[in-house]
Amino acid sequence: MEINCETVEHLADLSNFSVSDAENKSLQKDLSEILKYISQLDEVDVSDIEPTYQVFEMENVWREDEILKQEALREDLLALSKEQRDNQIKVPKVL
Amino acid sequence: MKIANSKVSAVRLVEDALKKAHEFEDYNIFTFLNDEGALKKAREIDEKIARGEKVGKLAGVPYALKDNFLSPEGETTASAHILQGFTSPITATAVKKLEDEGAIMIGRTNLDAFAHGSSTENSYFGPTLNSHDKARVAGGSSGGSAVAVALDIVEFATGTDTGGSIRQPASFNGVYGFKPTYGCISRYGVVAMASSTDCVGFFTKTPDDMDLLMSIANGKDSKDLTTLDDYYNSQSDFSRLAPSRPSLRGSGAHSAPVVADGLEKSDLRIGIIKEFDNDSVDSEIRKALKEKCKLLESKGYEIVELDMPALKYALAAYYIIVPAEITSNLSRYDGVRYGFRSENSSDLNGLYANTRDEGFMPENKRRIMIGNFVLSSGFYDAYFLKAAKVRTLIVKEYENAFSKCDFILTPVSPNPAFKLGEKVDDPVAMYLEDLMSVSLNLAGVPGLAIPAGKNSDGLPIGLQIVGPRRSDKNLIEFANELKEGA
Repeated sequence: MEINCETVEHLADLSNFSVSDAENKSLQKDLSEILKYISQLDEVDVSDIEPTYQVFEMENVWREDEILKQEALREDLLALSKEQRDNQIKVPKVL
Repeated sequence: MKIANSKVSAVRLVEDALKKAHEFEDYNIFTFLNDEGALKKAREIDEKIARGEKVGKLAGVPYALKDNFLSPEGETTASAHILQGFTSPITATAVKKLEDEGAIMIGRTNLDAFAHGSSTENSYFGPTLNSHDKARVAGGSSGGSAVAVALDIVEFATGTDTGGSIRQPASFNGVYGFKPTYGCISRYGVVAMASSTDCVGFFTKTPDDMDLLMSIANGKDSKDLTTLDDYYNSQSDFSRLAPSRPSLRGSGAHSAPVVADGLEKSDLRIGIIKEFDNDSVDSEIRKALKEKCKLLESKGYEIVELDMPALKYALAAYYIIVPAEITSNLSRYDGVRYGFRSENSSDLNGLYANTRDEGFMPENKRRIMIGNFVLSSGFYDAYFLKAAKVRTLIVKEYENAFSKCDFILTPVSPNPAFKLGEKVDDPVAMYLEDLMSVSLNLAGVPGLAIPAGKNSDGLPIGLQIVGPRRSDKNLIEFANELKEGA
């Protein structure tokens, strides 16, 4: 699998960042090498093997739907953002 | 470890630690030094002692906190530009447990940004230098924590281990580094990297200190539903190991299962992995492993050779599964709610893209992009699903191994600390550092990096002891058998 300029742009788009032309070039090389390495899994026969996504086979853990005391107050959390107005986080225009 | 009491004051312990931290500034260990906060806490503890009040098991013990644990003391940055300016309003459960026992955080330590790396060179703050050779890397991602303990600045340090980030820097600096069983210590308030493999653990100078910290930090947390009940403190002896394993000694009647209660420490069987005994591993590290095996044999332990061919594929599976989880976990960094926000954006989408573009390090970007690649339609089955199936093979390989032995002794990494800059432009070469550490995270089993002497250049050599899930306490106890001069 060859990673070209368009693939890098597509992946950058999915990742929500932009890449410069110079970055694109070095990413083509780096990502191609990484893909080459991870593609060695092609050698492994996994027919009839179930996937493992987490190791303790945990099921959903249920609790009562109750209001718990929170460590952080609303104003503490809002204060973490760069700009606020009327108790809300302010961002540039959406459209 | 030295704990404050009526003879040694907490202020003295903390002042000494802070003094050393400032003396070793050129190693670039800390992202924040807690001079005032630490001394204030130390005075409070001394007052309690003076009043004859009860103090905790870690009263006045100075420690270093990897900068991906949230607490209101200092900014929590994960050594990433995108978190600059973020001071957490909440405290990680692990931090709270340590501080409830009186431990005092004297500083936050440097890491590869978001713990993505094996050298601490991918930090926004620049690399931490190796404790034994300043021209070499500290290892990573918990490089700052490892060096803080190795240089004797603090009694212990916290770390996180997603694929080797505690064990490899521990081995590069000649200290103990423990990655517990998955789910043993709460991750609430720890910056997430890969949720199915992330573990909280510690760096210490002795196995006994590790045991003390584990006994305090482990256990169920309603704020992290992947945590396990406290099994750690109920493991007081070796009797819980290998309950149905064939008998080892005596009559040779190997069919009769050993009665669990009858198992003595000296009955333990130690496995070594054939696949790691070849030229891909530094010859002096292999020699150190063989010497430890001889030491164990002289003490009556049986050494068994293990075939674990699936481990060869652990690294490839890891570098599919972990980037996939990183992609998801790092999608939250958008510049809106906390941390760094790019200044030059005319609309919201531009703000996301510019913030992430300027805020992530190159390795963060590579991992996010690989994650998006292996999860995207058309590639999901060939990469992510395949890797998840290979993970099953690795889990089974460990289960099978632990039916033949109690612990496994292996190298931590294929080489001792390498030169600064040597691998930073070659991502695959850097990934290969994790060759022998990642399989534990995929299988959820615990591993303890132990110091095993130095090589001919004076660099520390590390080995790791691997045990079955939930064998953490026994594993740490067993490390005493392998101590230098033991």
